[in-house]
Amino acid sequence: MASDAAVEISSLNFRYGERAILKGINMRIPRGSIVAIMGQSGCGKTTLLRLIGGQLRPTEGDLTVEGHDMKAITPDALYRLRRQMGMLFQFGALFTDLSVFENVAFQMREHTDLPESLIRDLTLLKLQAVGLRGVRDRMPGALSGGMARRVALARAIALDPMIMMYDEPFTGLDPISMGVIAKLIRDLNSALGTTSIIVTHDVQESLRLVDYVYFVSEGVIVAQGTPDEIRSSNLPYVHQFVWGEMDGPVPFHYPAPSMQDFLAGNSPHSRRSIHA
Amino acid sequence: MNRATLNLWVGIFVVGGFIALLFLAFKVGNFSSGNLGETYSVIAHFDNIGGLKASAPVKSSGVLVGRVVSIQFDTKKYDALVTMRLDKRVPFSTDTMASVLTSGILGEQYVGLETGGEPEMLKEGGEVSHTQGAVVLEKLIGQFFLSKSQEPADATK
Amino acid sequence: MLNKTRQELENVGRMSLDLVSGIGAVFVFLLLTLRYSGTSFQRFTLTIREIFFSGVLSLIIILVSGLFVGMVLGLQGYETLQTYGSSESVGVLVALSLTRELGPVVSALLFASRAGSAITAEIGLMKATEQLSAMEMMAINPIARVVGPRFWGGVLSMPVLTAMFIGTGVLGGYIIAVLLIGVDSGAFWSQMNAAVDFNHDVVNGLLKSFVFGLAICSIATYQGYAAAPTAEGVSGATTRTVVSSSLAILALDLVLTAFMLKG
Repeated sequence: MASDAAVEISSLNFRYGERAILKGINMRIPRGSIVAIMGQSGCGKTTLLRLIGGQLRPTEGDLTVEGHDMKAITPDALYRLRRQMGMLFQFGALFTDLSVFENVAFQMREHTDLPESLIRDLTLLKLQAVGLRGVRDRMPGALSGGMARRVALARAIALDPMIMMYDEPFTGLDPISMGVIAKLIRDLNSALGTTSIIVTHDVQESLRLVDYVYFVSEGVIVAQGTPDEIRSSNLPYVHQFVWGEMDGPVPFHYPAPSMQDFLAGNSPHSRRSIHA
Repeated sequence: MNRATLNLWVGIFVVGGFIALLFLAFKVGNFSSGNLGETYSVIAHFDNIGGLKASAPVKSSGVLVGRVVSIQFDTKKYDALVTMRLDKRVPFSTDTMASVLTSGILGEQYVGLETGGEPEMLKEGGEVSHTQGAVVLEKLIGQFFLSKSQEPADATK
Repeated sequence: MLNKTRQELENVGRMSLDLVSGIGAVFVFLLLTLRYSGTSFQRFTLTIREIFFSGVLSLIIILVSGLFVGMVLGLQGYETLQTYGSSESVGVLVALSLTRELGPVVSALLFASRAGSAITAEIGLMKATEQLSAMEMMAINPIARVVGPRFWGGVLSMPVLTAMFIGTGVLGGYIIAVLLIGVDSGAFWSQMNAAVDFNHDVVNGLLKSFVFGLAICSIATYQGYAAAPTAEGVSGATTRTVVSSSLAILALDLVLTAFMLKG
């Protein structure tokens, strides 16, 4: 049954031992769209990426990527599927013992029988696309954060994947680099029709960029919609997240005994710290 | 570090190891054991094997000619049955004498063979009938004291 | 008070179970490594690179230590043998001690500290910086590509290093006994030659070092691969590699020596 969804998730549960990380997730990512998955740190966003990429298996529920059932996929099929997927890791994850050129050429060398001259041309092309043809002989250690991430992007798109996943692509970058990455993601999507899944907590940049947003909090989807819908949403969690409010559904104070108890010496903490 | 230098160093490493191995094989150790070539086996009964062990050397005139293969207790004759493998190039006569000897004063024990005068040679599975067991220290001391106590009696004769 | 004793016993029980399951984990990982060893040999360049990093870079410490150990053996050996008038057998003492025991064991311990910890740190760091994950997502098996060559590079280097350790050790003994003390050179070499049997002593010693190499490399690669992806995780893993490898070497040495002396 052909659908126009690159990724379909229904009633997905994922547990790590006893801990439930994701509960009852339902998602539909149309082919060729750019989708953002937002939420606080530790809410399960990165776990979703790993599930889509096949590094983890769902505990319960259905997860279909490009028609493949990820619960029962065979190693060979997973191998072939991954060649059509690319992932940009948060800090690039470039291979530190290889040069920039070698990093970008890595997938071509491993998975294809292309002649060396063709590999060279393709690699330089990818590096040119991210504007870093000039650093092709440098080692990853000699690159700034932003540059490393751009090289990692060039590496991830080396085989023109159908699905690209971005794990916090904007985190820790200066505004210029952020803008560059955002533009590259958009260009990639419009030029190649690559389905792009971005996990991030950078609200402003993502709302400018994507077609659809999912909000995840503590393992469940609490809100979803187009960027306009999100911006005008009245839901307390969305409002707090989008406008960066200090207190709201996500409390400022981490649970602790009340202040009165603390000062009166009734709680275990105060006994230790005051009467040292 | 480019590939050429890498290969060079690894090559030096491997060659160095090989040289070390040759050094160990020829200068440090010797190859004598295990290279007996074709062999034939013979057996011998000893009243006492002393400290003889399996894979102990069998020598004649001090030269290695074989190895002890196994030592068992013979329940019919109530003595020790020793099986040996001898180099095929060294035939021994049927009246060969086999003794359990010690190399040096505190050295390991081995089987010494002295060939006899018979024209017939031992064949595969043959038995060395003339044997002398290991010297037992207690008996030696006992003999010494016995001879010592007899001396004064002889002297006064 | 009885409660405390019970707690202590529980701790001991838990530690023993942890030890056993730890050994099991290393073994399972070793089997995985062996299963995916094809890449290490089909793309031998990768393995050659690791032979350089594990073997060639350990040369200096191995050769220098070998020399010193041999020299000390010569000195101590002469000192003791002299009281029995057997000072000419010092070569025998040096050579047998080195080929049978000190050569394989000491060079393995040094290798574990230098190369084993480096392998663990490298793999652990690759895990912490998500390089292994990136490889997986590119449909490349990290065990085949990263672990395999490092494992085989170490295993192939170990016997070579041991042979060189023994060689320099014997030379060290020669320097002390013959050149410095004045033991007769001819007696030194001829007695050694007569006492050291190639098959029984040298080959067995190298066989030991091969087994030690297998143990060290499986422990080192496992600890790196299983390390927690943090700074403390990697540093804890390198320490564990050195400690576990050392204990494994000594335990295996006991077992192997017992086997070899018998037959």
